[in-house]
Amino acid sequence: MVDAVTPRGPKPRRRFSRANVMLYGTLIVVAAYYALPLYVMIVTSLKGMPEIRLGNIFSPPVEITYQPWVKAWAEACTGINCEGLSRGFWNSVQILIPSVILSIAIASVNGYALANWKFKGSEVFFTILIVGAFIPYQVMLYPLVIILRELGLYGNVWGLVLVHTVFGMPILTLLFRNYFTSVPEELFKAARVDGAGFWGIYFRIMLPMSLPIFVVAIILQVTGIWNDFLFGVIYTKPADYPMTVQLNNIVNSVQGIKEYNVNMAATLLTGLVPLIIYFASGKLFVRGIAAGAVKG
Amino acid sequence: MSSSSKSRKPSGLFRNMSAKIASVPMVLTALVVFVGGTAWTVLYSFTSSKLLPKLNFVGLDQYERLWSTRRWIISIENLAVYGFFSMIFTLVIGFTLAAMLDRKIRGESIFRTIFLYPFALSFVVTGLAWQWILNPDLGIQNVVRQMGWESFTFNPLNDPDIVIYGILIAGLWQGTGLIMVIMLAGLRGIDEDIWKAARVDGIGTVKTYIRVIIPMMRPVFVTALVLIASGIIKIYDLVVAQTNGGPGIASEVPAKYVINYMFRAQNLAQGFAASTMMLLSVVIILIPWAYLEFGGKKRG
Repeated sequence: MVDAVTPRGPKPRRRFSRANVMLYGTLIVVAAYYALPLYVMIVTSLKGMPEIRLGNIFSPPVEITYQPWVKAWAEACTGINCEGLSRGFWNSVQILIPSVILSIAIASVNGYALANWKFKGSEVFFTILIVGAFIPYQVMLYPLVIILRELGLYGNVWGLVLVHTVFGMPILTLLFRNYFTSVPEELFKAARVDGAGFWGIYFRIMLPMSLPIFVVAIILQVTGIWNDFLFGVIYTKPADYPMTVQLNNIVNSVQGIKEYNVNMAATLLTGLVPLIIYFASGKLFVRGIAAGAVKG
Repeated sequence: MSSSSKSRKPSGLFRNMSAKIASVPMVLTALVVFVGGTAWTVLYSFTSSKLLPKLNFVGLDQYERLWSTRRWIISIENLAVYGFFSMIFTLVIGFTLAAMLDRKIRGESIFRTIFLYPFALSFVVTGLAWQWILNPDLGIQNVVRQMGWESFTFNPLNDPDIVIYGILIAGLWQGTGLIMVIMLAGLRGIDEDIWKAARVDGIGTVKTYIRVIIPMMRPVFVTALVLIASGIIKIYDLVVAQTNGGPGIASEVPAKYVINYMFRAQNLAQGFAASTMMLLSVVIILIPWAYLEFGGKKRG
């Protein structure tokens, strides 16, 4: 009768003990606070301007209108240009797809080389890469302008793709290196005995085995690149501005009357892509940021 | 057989050629962009470059000018205030939320999802959302006044003295979820038996957290601190979206100063000097941390 002497597991608690009510009460209030901005954005984007001027930002819309969303997408102005956010959206897509593919392709091969094909100096370069992740971007912005100009890529989308690849490299390389290091070495040795080379092992053994880590990397890169503002504003011309930059220009433009409902619809539209990824991916998103957290 | 086992540790230049070729992007990034770019910026910060980078050295002139510019001083003060409060509040809120979620509660994943979703949003979206909520005529201030408290004043974004706290509110909303997740992972790594021992000894819950659990989680706190600190120094898009440095120059931050001088005011060397100061502050934070993390491990 061991159980009678040493109780196992958590102490049974009454559901409505005072401590429990306090705990859930606090959590619900805090959760309401975190959810509030999203709620305010949604209700504001569904109201007409007269209702916004009279009412209260927390009250639900009396008369729901989708006009602000249409206007934000197709008609909102930045300066003299009135094409709406749609252009920024497609620019972001054009930046996003090659950046995600290129950065992950390069970083996964880097990680694979670092884990399984160490060569003299490879650890030194990796250390520089990881330390480099802590250098403020501002220090490297102008040298990159010069490099891109020399390559003829300054001010176009491919230049920005290169910048995202460079600055995404430390964290992604770390992610892949750690994953490939955990793959049993016997597998690698067996493939070597069978005569498979660097690329053969990468494509036929490592790649099929590491799909989950690729999904984590994709989540990390899609949200990171979509949310970027700094690189977009510096390395592209206004015609190629990503969605975040265009959003800021629309909302913070000084001309004209402020249409808060359109602004909030535009803000939500820009936040939609990372939000959908976040809510759809759940645990994998957490795994991605946890991987990002343990750099160094 | 012996050649296949040797091939993992090659010595010749042409051994392992594919791996070396595949690592060219990494080597170029590390050496050209990270090392070369940083050295280049530091070097040119000692010149008088204006529109184009030129190597006419002027010693520490740019730094003297930097530290006598009011805008830079305000930027540094803002960063200090934002950094100090952001660090304390992020750690306290992040840990408290994680501890509450760790109390075997129902609906943990729902709460976690709500606390973390702002982290998926960009700083631009965060800044614009809070700019609207803090709008003096139609936002929170207006709602409280409508409820009958006519003299209620909460207008941080238009008050130069407290504008940085308005940005802090938005920054905390966006970033605390991340620290909560990291703390929660740390709490999950702590042995159940600790709690049993504490209960046997009759130590209260709060006391157990402060006396036992937090000291045990030291590495997690260090990771969280480094993460928060490197985020603070980078702060840029949040300010641009929420206040654009205003009212006046009251909410300027160093990163914005750098971008302004390099890409708008066409005073390159001044921007380089400011960014070198940013680099210096990172080095000052990073070296003690690296010493604690890696120096400590070797001795232990």
